[in-house]
Amino acid sequence: MLEIKNLHVEVEGKEILRGIDLSVEDGTVHAIMGPNGSGKSTLSYVLAGKEEYEVTAGEVLFNGRNLLEMEPDERAAAGVFLAFQYPIEIPGVGTMTFLRTALNAQRKARGEGELSTPEFMRLVREAAQRLNISSEMLKRPLNVGFSGGEKKRNEILQMALLAPTLCVMDETDSGLDIDALRIVAEGVNALRAPNRSFVVITHYQRLLNHIVPDVVHVMSRGRIVRTGGPELALELEEKGYADYVEEAA
Amino acid sequence: MPAVQETIEQVRALDVDKYKYGFETQIESDLAPKGLNEETVRLISAKKGEPEWMTDWRLEAFRRWQTMSEPQWARVHYPKIDYQELHYYAAPKSMSGPRSLDEVDPEILATYEKLGIPLKEQEILAGVRNAETGDGLDGEGGGEYGSGRVAVDAVFDSVSVVTTFKKELAKAGVIFMPISEAIREHPELVRKYLGSVVPVSDNFFATLNSAVFSDGSFVYIPKGVRCPMELSTYFRINERKTGQFERTLIIADEGSYVSYLEGCTAPVRDEHQLHAAVVELVALDDAEIKYSTVQNWYPGDAEGRGGVYNFVTKRGDCRGRNAKISWTQVETGSAITWKYPSCILRGDGSRGEFYSIAISNGRQQVDSGTKMIHLGKNTSSRIISKGIAAGRSDNTYRGLVSAHRKASNARNFTQCDSLLIGDKCGAHTVPYIESKNASAVFEHEATTSKISDDQMFYCLQRGMSEEEAVALIVNGFVRDVLQQLPMEFMAETQKLIGISLEGSVG
Repeated sequence: MLEIKNLHVEVEGKEILRGIDLSVEDGTVHAIMGPNGSGKSTLSYVLAGKEEYEVTAGEVLFNGRNLLEMEPDERAAAGVFLAFQYPIEIPGVGTMTFLRTALNAQRKARGEGELSTPEFMRLVREAAQRLNISSEMLKRPLNVGFSGGEKKRNEILQMALLAPTLCVMDETDSGLDIDALRIVAEGVNALRAPNRSFVVITHYQRLLNHIVPDVVHVMSRGRIVRTGGPELALELEEKGYADYVEEAA
Repeated sequence: MPAVQETIEQVRALDVDKYKYGFETQIESDLAPKGLNEETVRLISAKKGEPEWMTDWRLEAFRRWQTMSEPQWARVHYPKIDYQELHYYAAPKSMSGPRSLDEVDPEILATYEKLGIPLKEQEILAGVRNAETGDGLDGEGGGEYGSGRVAVDAVFDSVSVVTTFKKELAKAGVIFMPISEAIREHPELVRKYLGSVVPVSDNFFATLNSAVFSDGSFVYIPKGVRCPMELSTYFRINERKTGQFERTLIIADEGSYVSYLEGCTAPVRDEHQLHAAVVELVALDDAEIKYSTVQNWYPGDAEGRGGVYNFVTKRGDCRGRNAKISWTQVETGSAITWKYPSCILRGDGSRGEFYSIAISNGRQQVDSGTKMIHLGKNTSSRIISKGIAAGRSDNTYRGLVSAHRKASNARNFTQCDSLLIGDKCGAHTVPYIESKNASAVFEHEATTSKISDDQMFYCLQRGMSEEEAVALIVNGFVRDVLQQLPMEFMAETQKLIGISLEGSVG
């Protein structure tokens, strides 16, 4: 699915990622944990193709294709989805309109026809119901005046509709209360499939109680410093990141 | 398929070029010699078979015009126009004699078909009743008034080539015809109202128009009548080096209602074309006029070569008590737009509205806005202006809200929002407020924003191309105004907004 080799990335001349190696197999969930400033969010933006990140070395293969040569919208159509830590507001654009425009854009890019209105409505309704999203919320302008929980649920709704093969989730648990966390986690678990992989970025172990990862990585100062099974998350919860910060320095 | 749906489908089926209306129609034209003098004015008047009073009216305007000079106050720049280098009259040669669809040059019909404007009534009616064999425009058997039907007056260069649904409208007492015909058939109405809102000597371009106007639409809605369908005029400039000077006059008698829409396109030309129209609206007691414009004249190329100079005077007079006039404009075309659809709120309790979307890209220059002149008591007005500037364009909102001494309790709310795309364009807001009455309450809000990189990236990450993302974000920005357009034209307009902004990013 995803193969990252020796990835080095700079932002405004400062090196943030200093040689990342990561291999994500089909149908697996990888958690990336680590302290603030370790480069977790940078990694997610680089995978999605944000402009101001300069790759200085290394390569990223996505199902055998060179991801770094693709435009952000091409990556999306190929199946890369980023659930944003801070979802963006777009005033005046109804959530429904946004969803439909995005879905049809991806379908067009893949040479598929546009969905009819009834087909689209059915898809949205099903996905929205699972995430406890009201039809009233779907009529509001995208993310405008949404609570933190609503914004995150809306990200998962988009993920469900767009049906990506690689889901990168950037601190989706931040700002969520216990109930919202459970709803979001159930939404994600419902999407787990043999041909879909997840990279879940988080500070805290609690999300991983709900979305159980296959592999846990610890990132510090732009490198993956340790990799293990789900038990690694528990260990981190207990001991904190202090050891790793020392180690990477 | 309902007519409107059909229109939208047809527009959709067209190539989405940068300017998709840029084709030229190959027909023979009856062209007046270049230049402007009293002879030209007399020639136009004679071509139209006008009565003497009309010829005199034009000549009076022409004499006034010779003493006037072009206005300089707008934030627009263009080389001096040589008014003697233009043709002031161009008519398709085949267009003389009685008009029925059969007699319209097939090339012209094909032009309107390409533009997505349905002119064949029987096709329009197909969605309402079974298709009939009768193909004359004035064929009998109008059928029920269906919703979503639009009567169209099609103006090609200087003449109206066809007006649909005339018979059916006549049943309701509505007069909808080319103004050239109205001058002959309803002289009492034309004499009473022509020039009563925009006086002959109003401004340089309006005076020029008064001297040489060629065609346009005339609408009269009788007392208490709600016009049974949308009325619409499509203007098309085809001929080279031709000015188009159309004149529209709409009168809504007491308690009546009409919704009117105009659309404009022109072929791609490397020289500039001049368009100086005058539109006058009169709303009597309790009458309401809703006037919508989708202006998509050729804007010129990215370097500013060619394009239409759109110097237009539009004004509505709420002459009666509780009259209402609402302007909605979508301005995406023209090299230069100089246009201020205004309302004179004369009748007590009258209301004026101005909703505007003005998009400029490439080297386009827009200086547009409105004037709300509060004269009567308890009058109110509302202005929502959305300017979008991209490329190297300049986009100015210029507006005046004034309350005269007797306008007690005048109310105005103005909202001017500007959106910038890129860093080489300009947005300017020039609001004037004058109040001579202490009880007037005027509110003004203005914002200027840019499409943020974060918004763009979010849309791209969801799979949209840059152009789709810009179109989506801009459509959100103009949503308040879009909602004011007749339903039928919303989808078309949304698409037009996307097309106008192509090439504005990256």
